[in-house]
Amino acid sequence: MSHEHIDVSYVAKLARLDLTPEEIETFQPQLNAILGHVESLSSVELPDDLDLDDHDTLAIMRGDAPQPSLNPEAVLENAPDQAQSQIRVPKVVADA
Amino acid sequence: MTLTQLRQQFLSGETTPSQALESLASDLPNRDKEIQSIVSYDTKSALEQAASADLSRPLGGLPIAIKDNINTLGQPCTCGSSFLEKNYVSPYDATVIKKLREAGAIPFSRTNMDEFAMGSATENSALQLTRNPCDLGRIAGGSSGGSAAAVAAGIAHAALGSDTGGSIRQPASHCGIVGLKPTYGRVSRYGLVAFASSLDQIGPLTRTVDDAALILQTIAGYDPKDTTSLDAPVPDYSATINDGVEGLKIGIPKEYFSDGIHPGVRENVEQCLKKLEAQGATLVPISLPHTEYVVATYYVIAPAEASSNLSRFDGIRYGNRAKNPADIIDLYHQSREQGFGPEVKRRIILGTYVLSSGYYDAFYTRAQKVRKLITRDFTRAFESVDAIISPVAPTPARKIGACADDPLQDYLSDVFTIAANLSGIPAISVPCGTTAFDGAENLPVGIQILAPHLGEQMMLRVAKAAEQA
Repeated sequence: MSHEHIDVSYVAKLARLDLTPEEIETFQPQLNAILGHVESLSSVELPDDLDLDDHDTLAIMRGDAPQPSLNPEAVLENAPDQAQSQIRVPKVVADA
Repeated sequence: MTLTQLRQQFLSGETTPSQALESLASDLPNRDKEIQSIVSYDTKSALEQAASADLSRPLGGLPIAIKDNINTLGQPCTCGSSFLEKNYVSPYDATVIKKLREAGAIPFSRTNMDEFAMGSATENSALQLTRNPCDLGRIAGGSSGGSAAAVAAGIAHAALGSDTGGSIRQPASHCGIVGLKPTYGRVSRYGLVAFASSLDQIGPLTRTVDDAALILQTIAGYDPKDTTSLDAPVPDYSATINDGVEGLKIGIPKEYFSDGIHPGVRENVEQCLKKLEAQGATLVPISLPHTEYVVATYYVIAPAEASSNLSRFDGIRYGNRAKNPADIIDLYHQSREQGFGPEVKRRIILGTYVLSSGYYDAFYTRAQKVRKLITRDFTRAFESVDAIISPVAPTPARKIGACADDPLQDYLSDVFTIAANLSGIPAISVPCGTTAFDGAENLPVGIQILAPHLGEQMMLRVAKAAEQA
């Protein structure tokens, strides 16, 4: 459980975040300190009978049946860009 | 004035819901000028509801402030974030809002919070800084700091908050009011903007334990729209609330009374314990041996879930969208960079890291296993005691800005509240006195009462006794 090589800039890209150089400089020691604290978990003795498949707390899904949904017009009003009752986004496919 | 007192005034004809609301709305700008607990309010809509209030319902005509991460039809829901500040209006009611309305209550005023509920001071709000009504130079606590400050200052009679690691109980303690986190699944999370879904719960912040019970009675119950909602009957909380503590066994965990506690906090909590003992409770020393790992466990699991939950804020369907991006990926990156504040970014990076390939087992799986051990500690403790009592926080409210460059220091202050979220049990914060701290004379101290899974009745009974002690 070593955090010595956390690359804040790389992990931020994985999280779809553009950080400024100042943010990277600020976050690096803060995240190192937090991960240093988290490393204490590696010293916990874990008993053999720990079961993470906790069936009594698993989410219970409703039946796969149609249900009333939100009003599409009200939902679309929150979209930053919309046209023809749809959300408009930048082009996602490259030119042929 | 408490909710219960206001209700009595409605029923006796001393005042009406419209008059009460007009008074609240006209006083709000002045009362909240320095405290800054409210981020928006819609008097017109609330007055329309007040005009047709049905006083025969349990909360008929009572105005209740709502934390700004709970969707309320037609109202903004900023989550304390620039991402949603200017361009989001809720298209639906959260289940708790629907239940409040059915009980006759009027959701009025939206309360400030740490951005996406990430913080312990309400200093991480992108909108404004909420100050503690007891001392304006100090934090109100967080993340439901707006709700706590509003209730403490009389800007609201009661409020809803959300609690992921102590975000109802700690601000309630710092502001000298009552804050209740229900059992996980007791109250529907549908319509609460998710931070960490396995830990989040909505609950009341009120002036009295009776008021907390009154609101819990309304918002508790099964909801098919929340897959983690518990399908269990809701007992009548008021029926046993005055039963007292005679014959009850109260567990006192040694790990929660360590050297790190401020002496004034310890003294107030111990005084309250003595009074409960005098009322017939038996104090039983217990141990919760994995307490030292709760903060570390929480700061793996909560950021992991947050990094996943906050991926929905991508600039496509709602909220901030960057202008003139190079392509769709650039749109995601820029929209998120512009819209999120530092604490949210820090936690998203932390969560992404602990979930990433090569680190998942070492951090996330291990934290889930330790979470099991923490839960097991409580299960075993409740085999021999009816409730557990501890301080809510190691110190009273700190000065504003004291942890600005050291987030870990703030994280560590949540040490006594986090375990209830990790183990899913209910917990309540009740004022138990004041103390001098760091240059201030009379800062509120809170006592925390924890109960077994779905043990809200027992918890409220002990809380009421502690309140009167």
